[in-house]
Amino acid sequence: MAFEGLAERLQGTIQRIKGKGKVSEADVKEMMREVRFALIEADVNLKVVKEFVKKVSERAIGVDVMKSLTPGQQVIKIVKDELTELMGGEQSPIKFAQKPPTVIMMVGLQGAGKTTTTGKLALLLRKKYNRNPLLVAADIYRPAAVQQLQTIGKQLSLPVFSMGTDVSPVEIVRQALEKSKEDHNDVIIIDTAGRLHIDEVLMQELKDIRALKEPDEVFLVVDSMTGQDAVNVAQSFNEAIGITGVVLTKLDGDTRGGAALSIRSVAQKPIKFVGMGEKMDALEPFHPERMASRILGM
Amino acid sequence: AKYRKVDEDFFEELEDLLLQADVGVETVMDLMDALRFEVQRKNIKDTAGIQSVISEKLVEIYESGEDEFIGLLIQETGLTVILFVGVNGVGKTTTIGKLAHRLKEQGKTVMLAAGDTFRAGAIEQLQVWGDRVGVDVIKQNEGSDPAAVMYDAVRAAKSRGVDILICDTAGRLQNKVNLMNELQKVHRVIEREVPGAPHEVLLALDATTGQNALIQAQAFKEATNVTGIVLTKLDGTAKGGIVLAIRNKLHIPVKFVGLGEKMDDLQPFDTEKYVYGLFAEGLEQEEANELS
Ligand SMILES: Nc1nc2c(ncn2[C@@H]2O[C@H](COP(=O)(O)OP(=O)(O)OP(=O)(O)O)[C@@H](O)[C@H]2O)c(=O)[nH]1
Ligand SMILES: Nc1nc2c(ncn2[C@@H]2O[C@H](COP(=O)(O)OP(=O)(O)OP(=O)(O)O)[C@@H](O)[C@H]2O)c(=O)[nH]1
Ligand SMILES: [K+]
Ligand SMILES: [Mg+2]
Ligand SMILES: [Mg+2]
Repeated sequence: MAFEGLAERLQGTIQRIKGKGKVSEADVKEMMREVRFALIEADVNLKVVKEFVKKVSERAIGVDVMKSLTPGQQVIKIVKDELTELMGGEQSPIKFAQKPPTVIMMVGLQGAGKTTTTGKLALLLRKKYNRNPLLVAADIYRPAAVQQLQTIGKQLSLPVFSMGTDVSPVEIVRQALEKSKEDHNDVIIIDTAGRLHIDEVLMQELKDIRALKEPDEVFLVVDSMTGQDAVNVAQSFNEAIGITGVVLTKLDGDTRGGAALSIRSVAQKPIKFVGMGEKMDALEPFHPERMASRILGM
Repeated sequence: AKYRKVDEDFFEELEDLLLQADVGVETVMDLMDALRFEVQRKNIKDTAGIQSVISEKLVEIYESGEDEFIGLLIQETGLTVILFVGVNGVGKTTTIGKLAHRLKEQGKTVMLAAGDTFRAGAIEQLQVWGDRVGVDVIKQNEGSDPAAVMYDAVRAAKSRGVDILICDTAGRLQNKVNLMNELQKVHRVIEREVPGAPHEVLLALDATTGQNALIQAQAFKEATNVTGIVLTKLDGTAKGGIVLAIRNKLHIPVKFVGLGEKMDDLQPFDTEKYVYGLFAEGLEQEEANELS
């Protein structure tokens, strides 16, 4: 069954090595095979896995591992260190505009968690950063998307700017920008409709929104259960509109979340937050090391 | 025409293609073994005709000897209840709208139950679909007990004599014990009110999902006895290959695929077409590269 951790996967090889008392290059190769499988089962993109394994192999075949008394643990440590490194080492904070308002755009595939995260982020900005955010309902396509954001706004006692579903999203955002001046909102969070990265018309719409006023943050919201396709999604959104960061949602589930690594390595943008539940306070900063452990099943 | 040799490079490419379609390590290894055996047995030397052999083996793994029926279990007489379950954001509510449309087109009378009383805007979303399709929606206020909504809905469906009641539920991650218990309660209420119901429990799976989908299917099956899968969002670039393992290990067939956000974007699952889509285009691309 899926979801065997890396340590369990390496058990067989480790046992064999113990019996022989010596680690050969072939043994390391076999361990790397298990590393490869563990990462694929954790949903890390295959191409990313291949590069990663190559890099780790070079280190693992080094003298230290071969001579060590605990080669299995050595390999695991190298894998984890490299993974943490790849995931971006340090935490990355929100970028605010020099001159308010700070504009934040939420983008991503359908159902990823944009609208929910819009609310969560607004709450965080108010509570932790003492800001006065305006939420903008720019999804005119999904049934009741506007009501969804309005309900969230009501729950949080935060203003929501909406113009129904008959006005174009670009016009809605343009007017929201005006309105934020009047009402002195120092942050604007734009909830856009979910869209496929291959939908040219809707990707163009994002470019048009973006062109109104350079956003300070464009957050790609990604479901942490995403499989191999995560790289295509991240790459396409990044190329089309230039994302500045990633929010990984639904991490309160039991997925390994290998998509985090895939996205990180193709888009080279930091994962800034993780969604840990459906409630509005369930947004946390991203911890690269914890994510590395999780992917490896440790 | 020139064909490529079926050699280790070829096997490796195929293996990569399937892994990239989220088929999963174990299933891919099983397939590669079966394929290698078949290639030897039939003395296949080049790639002419190998696609059909690959398809055949994939279908074999998928069906694992079970019969093919994947239609909906609609009752000849009386009320049929269809319950939708799944994790957050996969497409349950949208699929309900599409399915209601499809069944209505087939001449059935349909009613919807707004069993997601939790997520902001969920009831309104289902109501929009109800209006679009032209079917009634039974609902209560946000925050009310979903089991109570189901009770109401089943009663209403029976008294109005509709053919099919389709029940929406809130998205829930399968590792949340309380929420899975709540779902069982909803299931029990339906069962108690209509013997033999729900006749279908459809698990919505997002094709973009990776290996976690297998865990999802297992957990939802344990909680509610899932009878089929709707594989949504196949209009993207993801392939949802994990459904092979789900059928093979858990015996849950895919019944429909979702191909967009509009009313008509729901189709019955076509096994041959689906497995072909997992590798054929990719192989042809590789072949073109190789021979150019
Ligand atoms: N468990 C859990 N559920 C989440 C999280 N974030 C979002 N959700 C749920 O995921 C589902 C989809 O969230 P939405 O915010 O509607 O997603 P969206 O990206 O706006 O969807 P579209 O607008 O349709 O593209 C809802 O059921 C949310 O409650 C999270 O971090 N954990
Ligand atoms: N491209 C595409 N989008 C889809 C498909 N099915 C659903 N969606 C979109 O996915 C998003 C989520 O769909 P919902 O029907 O709200 O999903 P859900 O499972 O009911 O979500 P929760 O109730 O929040 O758990 C919406 O934006 C839908 O329009 C599909 O087949 N293709
Ligand atoms: K999703
Ligand atoms: Mg939304
Ligand atoms: Mg729903």
